[in-house]
Amino acid sequence: MFKRLGHNPFRLLLLLALLVLGGCGDPPWNDPWPSEDVSGSVFFSSFAERPKYLDPARSYSSNEWAFISQVYEPPLQYHYLKRSYELVPLTADGMPEVRRYDAAGRLLPADAPADQVATTEYLIHIRPGIRYQPHPAFAHTADGRYRYWPLREEGLAERYTLADFSETGTRELVAADYAYQIKRLAFPPNHSPLAGLLAEHIEDFAAFAKVAAEQALRDRAAGRLWTDLRPLQMEGVRVIDRYTCSIRLKDSYPQFIYWLATNFFAPMPWEAERFHAQPGMIERNITLNWYPVGTGPFMLTENNPNLRMVLERNPNFHGERYPAEGSEADRARGLLDDAGRPMPFIDKAVYTLEKEAIPRWNKFLQGYYDSSGIASDSFDQAVQLAADGDARLTPEMREKGIALDTAVETSIYYMSFNMRDPMVGGDPDDPADQQRARKLRQAIAIAVDWEEFIAIFNNGRGLPAHGPLPPGIFGYREGREGINPVVYRWQDGKPVRRSIEEAKRLLAEAGYPDGIDPVTGNALVLYYDTALSGPGSKSILQWYVNQFRKLGISLVVRATDYNRFQEKMLKGAAQIFSWGWNADYPDPENFLFLLYGPNGKVEHHGENAANFTNAGFDALFERMKNLPNGAERQQVIDRMVAILQTESPWLFGYYPKAFSLHHAWYHNALPHLMANNTLKYKRIDGALRARRQKEWNQPVTWPLWTLLGLLVLSAVPAIRDYRARERRRAR
Amino acid sequence: MMAYIVRRVLYVIPILVGVNLLTFLLFFVVNSPDDMARMHLGVKRVSDQAIAEWKAERGYDKPLVWNAGAEGLDKLTDTIFFDKSVRLFAFDFGQSDSGRNIGHDIAQRMWPSLAIAIPIMLVGLAVNISFSLLLAFFRGTYLDFWGVVLCVAMMSVSGLFYIIGGQVLLGKLLNLFPISGYAPGPDAWRFLVLPVIIGVISGIGSGTRWYRTLFLEEVGKDFVRTARAKGLSERAVLFGHVLRNALIPILTGVVVVIPTLFMGSLLLESFFGIPGLGSYTIDAISRQDFAIVRAMVFLGAVLYVLGLLLTDISYTLVDPRVRLQ
Repeated sequence: MFKRLGHNPFRLLLLLALLVLGGCGDPPWNDPWPSEDVSGSVFFSSFAERPKYLDPARSYSSNEWAFISQVYEPPLQYHYLKRSYELVPLTADGMPEVRRYDAAGRLLPADAPADQVATTEYLIHIRPGIRYQPHPAFAHTADGRYRYWPLREEGLAERYTLADFSETGTRELVAADYAYQIKRLAFPPNHSPLAGLLAEHIEDFAAFAKVAAEQALRDRAAGRLWTDLRPLQMEGVRVIDRYTCSIRLKDSYPQFIYWLATNFFAPMPWEAERFHAQPGMIERNITLNWYPVGTGPFMLTENNPNLRMVLERNPNFHGERYPAEGSEADRARGLLDDAGRPMPFIDKAVYTLEKEAIPRWNKFLQGYYDSSGIASDSFDQAVQLAADGDARLTPEMREKGIALDTAVETSIYYMSFNMRDPMVGGDPDDPADQQRARKLRQAIAIAVDWEEFIAIFNNGRGLPAHGPLPPGIFGYREGREGINPVVYRWQDGKPVRRSIEEAKRLLAEAGYPDGIDPVTGNALVLYYDTALSGPGSKSILQWYVNQFRKLGISLVVRATDYNRFQEKMLKGAAQIFSWGWNADYPDPENFLFLLYGPNGKVEHHGENAANFTNAGFDALFERMKNLPNGAERQQVIDRMVAILQTESPWLFGYYPKAFSLHHAWYHNALPHLMANNTLKYKRIDGALRARRQKEWNQPVTWPLWTLLGLLVLSAVPAIRDYRARERRRAR
Repeated sequence: MMAYIVRRVLYVIPILVGVNLLTFLLFFVVNSPDDMARMHLGVKRVSDQAIAEWKAERGYDKPLVWNAGAEGLDKLTDTIFFDKSVRLFAFDFGQSDSGRNIGHDIAQRMWPSLAIAIPIMLVGLAVNISFSLLLAFFRGTYLDFWGVVLCVAMMSVSGLFYIIGGQVLLGKLLNLFPISGYAPGPDAWRFLVLPVIIGVISGIGSGTRWYRTLFLEEVGKDFVRTARAKGLSERAVLFGHVLRNALIPILTGVVVVIPTLFMGSLLLESFFGIPGLGSYTIDAISRQDFAIVRAMVFLGAVLYVLGLLLTDISYTLVDPRVRLQ
């Protein structure tokens, strides 16, 4: 038969096509997932960039926290539904008990002024009975020894993932695990980004780091790969009993409590660190940085960040119930439908690497991803902006039952002046020159039209900023009292950007009439330093140039690579630049510290990239950071913001607005800009998803058959010609 | 022939040293060890001490190629270049700057690359040879003319267009294949069909034109005329004589690329989410992971030289007149 078929290529092709098509069953042909997962309680999502660090001591990026926050559990978390953001216990059995002491060690009342506080103690009680996920580090033999410790390198043959260790065990979470993790934050080889900050606040943290580093050297010299931090004492961290530990700060640092809701303060079982430090483990890529071990609702069962990462339900999870407190709006949206039900609702979450936006978006539209962001290229397909600026879904999206969630992010994107630069920062010893530079900055602040920027480059996804504090952060003011009076005036119930004439008047007062530099007689030249390059950035850079040109100023763009840009920033060699900040926690201190003098980037290597120093602002900052949220704090913040608006070290830019889409089968979706451990709240209706996917992805084969027919038809003259040639006699 | 092979293998050593040195210099012209540390440690709350420790742990705190402070031979050997290069010659790629075992990663990721590259090469070869034989058969006719026009048009289109167009047409509009993704094991074929189709189609223009030229060159030769004079059918002439004699340049083109198939396809792997070596290299460049970049360039150079050597050897197999000395 094959011989006969081989003589007829068309028959062979047909047979092959039938074989291929016959291999495709009931599920859609283009379905990338196994059918049992599609109809099950499985969440499908994607990630664009491989997470670098999954070790909670080191991880500090949102794309990393998206995974490890489902696995690790710090003592506190954010309430899922309440706005403004509120901390609630997670593994702790209540909010930490905060005790303040004066220099003599006397207990102070809770409302004692900050300047009297010499030390602050946080007492954390964790709930008994919480157990870690199954992990080989906890596995024991029948005689009580650790199953996988000590291991010789030969014992690792054919073991390349954690799943290759067949036996697992668990143990109870204890307060010592939290203490151990804080020591890990101080341990220099772990390179924790928080180490510098904590050294300023936690007692004995810096000294411990030195001792631990010396111990590590001794361990290496003795051939030991693991440094046991348990016997090394850190005065500021004490384990009081099995379920209680205390952290002592050498000052009053009220924002510390927010850090207790981050992964940095998640517990680390020492057994896991010791297990991964065994010989041959690093060579096989079986590291703690690759395989998180926690008590959370999920555990990472597959970590191949070059392909996919899979979280599965932790069978040892202690259990948690969906919150019952929410607003009426939450109830109307169905966000309280699951109130009181045990979480998590989903069994598995599959995250697939999708580096490119186009396939990611198309797979969302096909129903293969449950939720999606919106790339600029797809924005018009998904969203229509109404005349009032409200975003609405297009009919195509509504027809599919897709829902849109928007939220102003707790972030700011700004353009900044380097205040150490004499041209834009002025001479600090010459008040007249400072006045000149201030007016120059104010004029530019008016000229750069961020409303236009948001409309052109962000598809309207952003809110023009009037100060450094975004909405959702205490201190942010809305409406008339929140406008930046230097740049806007209040007209017809809304802020209106001041005219370019007003900006030109300020510029003339600064000594640059029509943007002419009196020294050269030509247009004033300013420099914009950026790491943006490539064709995609050209339009943005040109837009900046055009904004400055409105004042007659010539803006020269000095584009460089990211490394050189960083170097310029560190040396203070930039003049004007753009930067952004994403909140670590919902407190104004986390934004206002970006302009606090002692945080100057050049002098102190801090986060104040503008190198702004203002004695009044700094004094108010010192006061504000220790005040509880309330009228007094608001008043101080108002004064600080007013200073910034007048001095204009930043053009405040905008607060980005996040747009996210999700399908009808994806429930309890609510943007939460502080919490990352939100997977446990989500619920999937797998049956609806399977139906929709089948409906939306019916294979369309007629174009292929048509093409095949056309090919056959077009081959007829060729075959006739071939036969004629074969029959032709030689001439 | 053995002496020839040994000589060629010895020539490889200075080539690899040169490639390694060039990679090293180019990389460190753009990235200083401080830049690398900052890239790995992130931009938020990174202290100078952390940067210094990161460099010291990975040996990036030494001078680049010349250690003026050292004594004797250490001036040359106690440097980043020497530390990072010597082990490569034993194919010990060491650890990436983020702590992963590079050899293991390469061993894992070459299979997806091969799974996509081998079918594209084989199917592409068959399709291109078939089309070019067809054009050679109908040379001088309207079919040949429009075939060449089509080939030129296909050559002029960007590879990215084929990828995006193929994904939208076959994956999204016709719903025939998954738009992107990959699954290890036997299920992989579902994800490979679309990239292979796109890879083959995007190569038809250039491949067909190249082979058509080879075949037309052979068609005009005396032995073909003799074959026809003997009364052989055109099919027998084309397959039995023209194709066979055009094999040498075809073989040259094919054998030289075989070893480099391991290195993967940068664009296809990126757009289809295939975890091969192409995307591994691209990721390493964007993350400034010098250890991986260096290992991949070294491996690429070795495989390329190996490809050239195999080509020379294959000449002797297909053409008995060629002898290597």
